[in-house]
Amino acid sequence: MALYKKTHANPLVRRARDGAIVFVLLLFALATLFPIYFMVISSFGDAVEAGAMNYTLWPGKFTLDSYKFFFDYSEYSLRWIWNSLIVAACVMVSNVVFAGMAGYAFSKIRFRGRNVLFAILLCAMMIPYQVTQVPLYILVVNTFEMENTYTAMIMPGLVTVFNVFLAKQFMSSIPTEIIESAKVEGCNQFRIFFRIIMPLSKTVLAVMAILTFMDSWNTFFWPLLVTNSMDMQTIQLGLKNFRFNSTTYFSPMMAGATVAALPMFILFFSLQKYFLQGVTVGAVKG
Amino acid sequence: MAQPATKTYKKRMIKDGDWAWAYAFIAVALVVYALFTAYPVVSAFLISFQEYKPLGSTYIGLDNYAETLRDDLFWKSIRNTIKYTVLTVPVNLLISFVIAILILPLRKRLQTTFKAVYYLPAVASGVTMSVVWLWIYDPLPEGILNQLIGFFGIHNQNWLGTSDTSMFSLVLMSWLSSHGTSIIIYLAALLGIDDSYYEAAELDGANFLQKLRYIVLPFLKPTTLFLLVTGVIGSFQVFQNAFLMTGGGPDNATTMVGLLIFNNAFKYFEFGEAAAQSLILTVIIATIALIQFKAFGKDVEY
Repeated sequence: MALYKKTHANPLVRRARDGAIVFVLLLFALATLFPIYFMVISSFGDAVEAGAMNYTLWPGKFTLDSYKFFFDYSEYSLRWIWNSLIVAACVMVSNVVFAGMAGYAFSKIRFRGRNVLFAILLCAMMIPYQVTQVPLYILVVNTFEMENTYTAMIMPGLVTVFNVFLAKQFMSSIPTEIIESAKVEGCNQFRIFFRIIMPLSKTVLAVMAILTFMDSWNTFFWPLLVTNSMDMQTIQLGLKNFRFNSTTYFSPMMAGATVAALPMFILFFSLQKYFLQGVTVGAVKG
Repeated sequence: MAQPATKTYKKRMIKDGDWAWAYAFIAVALVVYALFTAYPVVSAFLISFQEYKPLGSTYIGLDNYAETLRDDLFWKSIRNTIKYTVLTVPVNLLISFVIAILILPLRKRLQTTFKAVYYLPAVASGVTMSVVWLWIYDPLPEGILNQLIGFFGIHNQNWLGTSDTSMFSLVLMSWLSSHGTSIIIYLAALLGIDDSYYEAAELDGANFLQKLRYIVLPFLKPTTLFLLVTGVIGSFQVFQNAFLMTGGGPDNATTMVGLLIFNNAFKYFEFGEAAAQSLILTVIIATIALIQFKAFGKDVEY
């Protein structure tokens, strides 16, 4: 890059400069990654109370006792993971399909009220969630009486405005001629969407799926509000309960934290490209 | 151009009937939006004028608002929120900016690696991170952070347990959290600056700092504004860490507006007051966003 002086005259200078930069970057990376490192390392310690042990920053001991301790804490601990998985998967699939559909309609089909409706949708992104929280709780728990169900956890997130916006932004760049010619061939809009638009929008739909899944997996407050029994809780709530009820069990708590975070780490390392793309796709304003 | 376009548009709408498909496609999104966003917003307005009870609420006019504005704790929570925002958002922006600048000259592969490394902490949930930080802030001398400052000869602190350090503890957590998102956005903006600007500057004999000052900073102004506004808006709503780590204490030193509203609603079940406070929060956020656009957005082109 030309912001930096071109030092190709002296490769040694260039290498020294790059070395120094990488050193600084690594230093800060260490600081931000430290909590995660600390968590994973400590999770392999003995399942004893904190007073009896010492913190260690080096992997000296390797035992899965703490994991066992965490899972033994509640008979539902495996179910928490299952609950999280169900909720996140449903929210993800529904967002990909319905936000995708809405995004397609808003970007490529002309209909009366299109711009007005879209502007109304966008207004939602400016409202803090504290505003909707109380009425939403009353609606779902008192009016619909859906407390403690998957439906209660899933429904408010079925389609998010952000995802509609994301889909619309991406799909408006698909050439309209493709759609026109498909129509000439006798394709109806339903087929056009599933056979042409969806395959062409793979990237944005993948980004959307991953980010939505992650958000849903990590979400904490809404499940906290609408569940009231151990068997319906998600892993995030389970971890929080564990932390309040076994305050001194250091290693098991770290094991629990690792369990809650591990699926996301696996997802991140296998689909890293989409995570990083998602940031820039989402930041484009329209 | 607009005239003929609307004509064919009307003709087509009648002819091929795709508008029906369009309404079908947006139906689910609209219903979900109407039910879980639009209705709650309207409802929040109504509730804010009520003394809410599950069976038969009574209208009490502006009492909830008056109550809130008289409430010392509300103002304290606003002050806490502002303190937290001022301490975190600009620092986090600066960190992201510096790191993006540093990543820029590296090779593509190394760039991607660092982007991933800095993004990684963001995929762990807030609960996970709060559990880990709770132990880092262990008040005993064996606590990780206490060991670290002990190394520099500072006495061990009760990080989350005293009002002097509890806010700082939450701020430090934010500084050392993931900056991946803003780094990636900054980097994308940096890569978008055309080389010819730098070349012209070099012909004029500009050094690195001058190029940074006269080319990079003006070009990144829209990006910075975007990150600043979204950062401040986000920070005004944030309360998860306070909720999970300090519960707002000690002595409400870390009670943010978001947490206050949450407690009013779901701890004391004062729905009316919580709704009024959330609407006041909306007004505050909108005002701040507007001021930022007015103050910094004058010569920003989109």
